[in-house]
Amino acid sequence: MDLVTPGVGLIFWQTVTFLIVLGLLAAFVWKPIMEALRAREGFIEDSLSAAENAKKDIEKLKNDNEYLMQEARLERDKMLKEAAELANKIKEDAKDETSKITAKMIEDAKAVIQAEKSSALNEVKGLVADLSLDVAEKVLRKKLEEKKAQEDLVEEFIKDIKVN
Amino acid sequence: MTSKSSFFKALNIKTLAFVFLFLIGSVASASDSKEGEKFNPGSLIIHHVLDDYTWHFFDGHYGTLYLPVILYTDNGLKVFSSSRFFDEHYNSVSYDGFKLEHGHIIALDGGHPLDFSITKNVASLFLSAFLLLSIFITIANRYKKNPNKAPRGIQSFFEPIIIFIRDEIALPNIGEKSYRRFLPFLLTIFFFIWFNNLLGLIPGGANLTGNIAVTLVLAVIVLLVTLFSTKKYYWKHIFATPGVPLPVMIILIPIELVGILTKPFSLMMRLFANITAGHIVILSLFSLIFIFESFAIAGVSVAFAIFMNFLELFVALLQAYVFTLLSAMYFGAAVEEAHH
Repeated sequence: MDLVTPGVGLIFWQTVTFLIVLGLLAAFVWKPIMEALRAREGFIEDSLSAAENAKKDIEKLKNDNEYLMQEARLERDKMLKEAAELANKIKEDAKDETSKITAKMIEDAKAVIQAEKSSALNEVKGLVADLSLDVAEKVLRKKLEEKKAQEDLVEEFIKDIKVN
Repeated sequence: MTSKSSFFKALNIKTLAFVFLFLIGSVASASDSKEGEKFNPGSLIIHHVLDDYTWHFFDGHYGTLYLPVILYTDNGLKVFSSSRFFDEHYNSVSYDGFKLEHGHIIALDGGHPLDFSITKNVASLFLSAFLLLSIFITIANRYKKNPNKAPRGIQSFFEPIIIFIRDEIALPNIGEKSYRRFLPFLLTIFFFIWFNNLLGLIPGGANLTGNIAVTLVLAVIVLLVTLFSTKKYYWKHIFATPGVPLPVMIILIPIELVGILTKPFSLMMRLFANITAGHIVILSLFSLIFIFESFAIAGVSVAFAIFMNFLELFVALLQAYVFTLLSAMYFGAAVEEAHH
């Protein structure tokens, strides 16, 4: 029966010791451990979600970069196209301009040639006139060397005047 | 890690070796001291399972630790060493009007002194309290010193257990709302029972958790904690279980009221019986050797005792777990709120 008869002494010491141990452990051990565990779990949780967020950020950045690259590529293509067009236009314009200038130059040259030609013709005409006058003078001079010829001519002039 | 685990393996083998040396030694000494008498395994086993006023390690002059006797008598407190009860030939003698008879101190004048002696169990209890406090205060300091760091050493051994008690015992059985309140108690009771179960398995150790007084106190504390944390629903469940007709209620209410007491009673008996039974089985196996007085039987006994020792190591943990789990369930019932 001793086996199932609780002793007063052991009940007393067990109660006192257990309560003291409980109190000390609760105050100085379980409380800080639980707080530390909670803090660490929170820390790990935060770190994991931070890592997850960082991963997402990187993904986003990568996508942004891709987008920017795409944009830049499009921009470049557009610029190249515009440049090509501009160059073409400049070339066309230059061509037009050149042909205009050429035409004008031809026109001018023609005008100058015309002018030169007419002035040369005039000169030739003057020269011919002078020559004709000289020839005529010489002819006349030769014709009117005789007295009689001179008097016939005067006669003729007078006749003409009388008629008038 | 490998070197560490092999170290623990070596430690276990050493521990077991000690178990057998000590157990065989103490059984042998018991049979020696009763030279000429017939070997009585029953009294030997009961003597080893019960409390004692001395702590006997081995035979010889220094082999026994005489623990202090504290008596509260009508004439006040009396404190003296238990060695006063023995003469130089280890015969029982009376001292100051008291005598040690069949493991109890009796007053020769017929009085009934209250016995508050530091017995073997009480000494073992103090030892376990010292161990618990020193180990766990060391661990707590590690947490304070290295917050947000991975646990190291002894800290990493106990942390999974602490987390297991929190997440697998307290949280599911008590509930999110109030499990934190009971956690210190559950952790303390788990480690207290486990440590003392293991200390009891060490050869020469006291059978503390296999003592009914110890389990009684633990069960009563669980009962008191339960009763002081009850809410309306707990009592409503007992006195006015919903959906039960009145005539049935008359039978049911006394049953429910008794149930309040049978729960801690089962806690008390379960722990006491499991631990004591383990000790009795191991001692019985060793007693076989001395009953048959044969080396052949010794081999068989030792083989069985090794098996039992491993089983007891498991039971030590299992019973601590069961006690804690059931306590958590009782607390959970106490703080439960109506959800029907």
